[in-house]
Order: sequence, then structure tokens, then C-alpha cells
Amino acid sequence: MNEQQHAGSGTVVDDGELAALHARLVRDARDAGLLDVAYRVWEGPVGPLLLAATPAGLVRVAFAVQDHDAVLTSLATRISPRVLAAPGRLDAVARQLDEYFAGRRRQFDVPVDLRLLDGFRRTVVERLGEIGYGRTASYAQVAAASGSPRAVRAVGTACALNPVPVVLPCHRVVRSDGSPGRYAGGAEAKLLLLDLERRA
Amino acid sequence: MDEPFEHVVRRHGATVLRVCRSVVGHHDAQDAWAETFLAALRAWPALDAGANVEAWLVTIARRKALDTVRGSARRAVPVDVLPEAGERVDEADGVADGLDLWAALGALPERQRRAVALHHLGGLPYPEVAEVLGGTPAAARRAGADGIATLRRTYARWDDEGEPR
Repeated sequence: MNEQQHAGSGTVVDDGELAALHARLVRDARDAGLLDVAYRVWEGPVGPLLLAATPAGLVRVAFAVQDHDAVLTSLATRISPRVLAAPGRLDAVARQLDEYFAGRRRQFDVPVDLRLLDGFRRTVVERLGEIGYGRTASYAQVAAASGSPRAVRAVGTACALNPVPVVLPCHRVVRSDGSPGRYAGGAEAKLLLLDLERRA
Repeated sequence: MDEPFEHVVRRHGATVLRVCRSVVGHHDAQDAWAETFLAALRAWPALDAGANVEAWLVTIARRKALDTVRGSARRAVPVDVLPEAGERVDEADGVADGLDLWAALGALPERQRRAVALHHLGGLPYPEVAEVLGGTPAAARRAGADGIATLRRTYARWDDEGEPR
């Protein structure tokens, strides 16, 4: 066994070759229907965003403060461990994020997979798209729109756990007094998004 | 296993490529690597949480690489595409990362090199090595033993002369 290990460690492996092999694996996996979760990291004004998609659509957007490694591990546990860095599947989302942050896009047009949510949280997140670009709604208003006017706190939780922030605009949900309130990506990111939409 | 498979590729991709290369040479190693990781990706969710992932991957890699070798043997490809002794191996791999057994392996006569790779790296018993190489199991065993003996001498000489590693 020792000889085998030495023989292995004596071979220099080129990063470029490994990158090409990785790309080939992604293609093979997709063709074989084994690419259950594809991801990439998109760099923008709110820092690096982890974008992940199943074959059904965008399943997760995560800020750096949410710890991308932890998010990937959670996706592996909750959806499938067949997770690969596969930028191609996220091209459309990345392009629309570019346009959004440049002020040239007001809503996202990509398939979204909400399998990470069910029940009331899902109902809340599904209604987020109804809050128009540049506008805000209070937690109470969203609770009422979701059919449970008294579930204000639950709306706050649902927004905090929105698996696809930015694309489904939980940043447009604010406190009744107009102050921004909390945000999974951090208060600063929420202010940046609200400001972006106000000015565009 | 519920670890993202991407981590597995990152952690073990280079090792698997080395195993594939040592069994089948540089070119076919890429096919063997791709087949190894695709098979591993397929099986990954069902793999025991306590499994030794590297050992598991190396086992798959050897099998895939050996399938490639056997396939080539069956197709009776007349020309061996492996490098001239020492030449491309030195250029591609250098001696940068320590005791370079790969380069020494590449410098062996072809039969010895393949016997060593198939038996010691590929884990193939000598009767099967003989099937791949042609000839008797005893001859395959002798080629493997000669190869190992040469490798030992090569390292001893490097040690004595203190050449760069």
C-alpha cells in the first residue's frame, strides 16, 4: 500500500486538467439526470451570493453571512447530496441579477423551486412577488394578504427563512413604522436593496 | 452520505487522476476519471456515512481504469501510446513534489511498467495481469518483480548521489 501511495503522490496534477475534467463531469451528470443541485457564486453589490438550482428551478439564494458551506451542506441533506458546482444552470439567474443591480430589471423571470418550504411559510413567500418594485409592505399587511392577519410574527419568520431572497423580494417587507426591520442578508443589504429600487 | 459531492471531487479528484494515470497512462486516464466520478455520483447518496471515501473512490478508479486497459487489449491496439521512457513524464510531472515514483515508473521498460501498474496500483492478480499483457502468469510476475527491483535501485541511486527530488 505504501508503494501505491508514493506512486500517487509523485504525480503532478495540473489544475487546468482537473477543471476540464470537472466540467466534463457536470455535463455527464446532467445528461445522466444526476445533477440534483447545481450551484455557483455570483459576485455583486451585496457581496457574493450563492445561487443553487434543482432541475425544477432556483431553489436557494444565500448571502455570505449565511455561510455558503453550511448552506450547501443543508441543501445536500434536505434535497440531495448530488451537488456540483455547475455555473451553466444558473446563467439566466446571474444575468438577471446583473440587470437588476444595474437598475435595468424590475422583476425576475426564472423558474423557482420552493420545495424547501411548505405550509404557511410557503404561502407567505409565494405572495412576496405581489409587492411591486420600489414599494414596501408591512409584516401585518403581508399577514393579512396571506389569510392570517394575526400571524405577524410568523410572517417575519417566513421572510427570514425565504430560500430565494432578492429574487422573491422579502426585502420589501418592512415594519409598520416604515423602518426596514431584519434581513437574512444583514440590515445593510436590505437598505441597499430598498435604496436601489427607490432610485431606479 | 449527505456531504455535497462537489467537496468529494475537490478533495479527491487529483488522487483519482493519479491512480487512473498509473494504470492506463495519461490519455485514457481522463476517460477513466470521468467514469469513476460519474459512477461515484450515482452511488453517493446510498454510501454508508462511515465509509472511507478515498478508498472507495480508488477502488472504483482502479476498476474503471482496468476496464479501459482490458478494452484496449481486446481491441488489440497495435501501437502503445505510452511515452518514451522518461521523456514526456519528466516534462509533464517534473520532480517538483518529492520522490517522483511516477517518473521512475514511466522510465521502466513497457512490460515491467504495465505489470507494476496493473498489479501494485491496479490491484490485479498476476494471472489477470498476464491476460492483459499476454504471456504466462509467471512471466507477468517476473516482469512485475523486475520492475519493482529497478524502482528500488533507482531510488537508492538518487539517495546516494543526492540528486534533486
